[in-house]
Amino acid sequence: MDLVTATAQWLADPAQWQGPNGIPARLLEHLELSGVSLVIAALVAIPLGLWIGHTGRLSWLTVSSANAWRALPSFAVIGLLVPFTTRIDPTLGFTLYPTVVAMIVLAGPPILVNSYEGIAGVDRDLVDAARGMGMRERQILVGLEVPIALPVIATGIRLAAVQVIATATLGAIFGFGGLGRFIVLGDANQDNGELFGGVVLVAALALITFGLFVLLERRLVSPGLSSRTAS
Amino acid sequence: MSSEPLVRWDWLAAHLGPIAGRIEQHLYLTLIAVSVGFAISFLLATVAIRRRRLYPLIVVVTTGVYTIPSFALFAALIVFSGPSVLSAEVPLIMYTLVLFVPNIVAGFDAVPWDVLDSADGMGYTPGQRWWHVELPLAIPLVVAGLRLATVSTIGLVTITSILGDSLGGLGYYILDGYHRTFTTEILVGGLLSIGLAVLADLGLVLLQRVLTPWTTAREAVR
Amino acid sequence: MEAAPLTTGPAGVETGTTRSEVRSGAASLEFRGVSKTYGSGSGAVVVGTPGAVNDLSFQVPAGAICVLVGPSGCGKTTTLKMVNRLIEPSAGQILLDGVDVQTEDVTALRRRIGYVIQQVGLFPHLTVGRNVAVVPALVGWSKARQRARSDELLSLVGLEPERYRNRYPAQLSGGERQRVGVARALAADPPLMLMDEPFAAVDPIAREGLQDEFLRLQKELAKTILFVTHDVDEAIKMGDLIAVLAEGGRLAQFGPPDEILSHPASDFVARFVGEDRGLKRLSLRTVADLKVEPIGPADGLPTFTPATKLRDALSILLVADTRGGIALDEAGRPRGLVTVDNIASALADEPANPRTRE
Repeated sequence: MDLVTATAQWLADPAQWQGPNGIPARLLEHLELSGVSLVIAALVAIPLGLWIGHTGRLSWLTVSSANAWRALPSFAVIGLLVPFTTRIDPTLGFTLYPTVVAMIVLAGPPILVNSYEGIAGVDRDLVDAARGMGMRERQILVGLEVPIALPVIATGIRLAAVQVIATATLGAIFGFGGLGRFIVLGDANQDNGELFGGVVLVAALALITFGLFVLLERRLVSPGLSSRTAS
Repeated sequence: MSSEPLVRWDWLAAHLGPIAGRIEQHLYLTLIAVSVGFAISFLLATVAIRRRRLYPLIVVVTTGVYTIPSFALFAALIVFSGPSVLSAEVPLIMYTLVLFVPNIVAGFDAVPWDVLDSADGMGYTPGQRWWHVELPLAIPLVVAGLRLATVSTIGLVTITSILGDSLGGLGYYILDGYHRTFTTEILVGGLLSIGLAVLADLGLVLLQRVLTPWTTAREAVR
Repeated sequence: MEAAPLTTGPAGVETGTTRSEVRSGAASLEFRGVSKTYGSGSGAVVVGTPGAVNDLSFQVPAGAICVLVGPSGCGKTTTLKMVNRLIEPSAGQILLDGVDVQTEDVTALRRRIGYVIQQVGLFPHLTVGRNVAVVPALVGWSKARQRARSDELLSLVGLEPERYRNRYPAQLSGGERQRVGVARALAADPPLMLMDEPFAAVDPIAREGLQDEFLRLQKELAKTILFVTHDVDEAIKMGDLIAVLAEGGRLAQFGPPDEILSHPASDFVARFVGEDRGLKRLSLRTVADLKVEPIGPADGLPTFTPATKLRDALSILLVADTRGGIALDEAGRPRGLVTVDNIASALADEPANPRTRE
């Protein structure tokens, strides 16, 4: 009972909504760095995944990537990076870098694997027909395979986005900012209102992101492929 | 930290006992979560198979839970049940559900229709059919789910270190090492937990091969 | 569970089980006014629903093969499945050896009836040997006896036990799987076998081989068999008795193949068996059945062994463009002249008797 009111009070407190440690600032921090990590990971993983899927070469990369990703605890990844990033920069290497690098590293595999699977999942007969009609490889990739693969690729980005947001949250333990900071502070100060406020904010962010991506995926499926067009 | 050597072997040698203890704790926490999670998931999956309409709901709820960052969930549990095994286990168990349920359901769905028909026709009772035919054939996908859940749980156990020094398995060394800027500890915690996950993954792949010899039988040379 | 001494089938062939927990030998099968309706609860017959069956009555004596044939949706599979109660009839009775199948415990009933389906349904997780022994294992035979029986049946269907016993179904070809399916259905020596298009899933050459081998097997085992097919030629080849089903699950005609071919009971049956039913009748007889004129030496004419089907003989004569061919006797000596007219006159005879087991 007290928990609910404590949390509500904390969330309603206008002081929490101002300043460099306020909710909007932390939220922005969380989103910005998540976004940047996601984009960097996507810039590498999508083209690579598309290429592997289209040519069929180096496919072992995707399988081992998927396995490695599953087995890597994000907590361990961030922690292990700290000794090394601090050698680059003692301050930022202790707070910012390990989490950001971890976010990029952990966002890569789902995007890579899904980009690959999306392309590889396109019916080979279609590709042969396109080749037979005289389409060039790049045209096939861009005009045929990618549109069909789009929903799967989008799913990969969604998985990565959820992963990135979670990693950023975790990073608060290692000095990173973002919304996780409230949880850490709430725990340190024995302030359940703040702690739970942080929990609520983080959960909301994660679920909303998830929902938005699902909607995006639905939009990206060409009407010809969707079962919804069946009369 | 730059004057510190990367690894302090003397510390390592002196702490082999506690490290082994932490590994044991790590496995213990994982085992409980995976077993309880499996039992609950099996129940949910059975319900989902009998009442298909409930399945999407079950998937949405378990996926929603999984989407909430683990740090947040563990922290929330501290408020309710303090730094205890319960606080660790409740989220751990919840995170296994979305990995188990779809795989169990898919496992049973994958049993070919004609196999079920001929089993009925030959005179298996429904119970015998479930035990002798459906269950064995569902195993590959069920074990795939077990593999995902186990590896995921091993990773999440490291985060339980935030609940307190008495928990966390190998994650304790990561957190403690960070707070004390002690690289050796971080390496021990980090590398060992990764190693544990990899070993578990391989072990379960092996288990699946052992349980399903018919999936690896090669085409006979004619 | 009754204990029975060594039992014999109608043809005097030992069926080979001692101390059996299942009754062996062959059973008679009778349908009395059997109907199956879907949807309406009032019991009114809904004609035209796919899979519905309408007032079927016929009798199959022990040791005979009865083929259910008809277009899709005529209810032949439904009929088959009512015997082992995978589908329950809406009306009527099915009698196995004079006993209503409804009165028996359904599981015990199914273990007494062999069941072979088109996709075979072999258990992928069991070896071939264990697959064959499924029903014996269910009724509690010892492991040793299961293994012996499994090996025996694999040999019977032409699969060397040493080679096949430990293989998995995924490693077999379609034809091999069908044979295992038949072996499995025979394992507990059931008095009745139900077969639903068992040979449809293989290529035509393999199918012919399977059909011939099955008929050979039947000569030895003399089981009562209810066989479903949509292929008229298969029905004629395999059946001692044929039940032609029309849409709505109505029995259009029931009788031996030659009778149905020579005297189709309705336009529907006539169309179903085909315009070439005259030729089909010829494949039911052989050169041995022909009365021929003795003839002096004749060179260059085609010769026919006694087992040659009349249809094949006619085909050869039409192509060879000679005045006739020579029928040989068992010893290979010329018996007489066979001409196209001679073969045609065979059709004027009364319908041939149902094939006898001997």
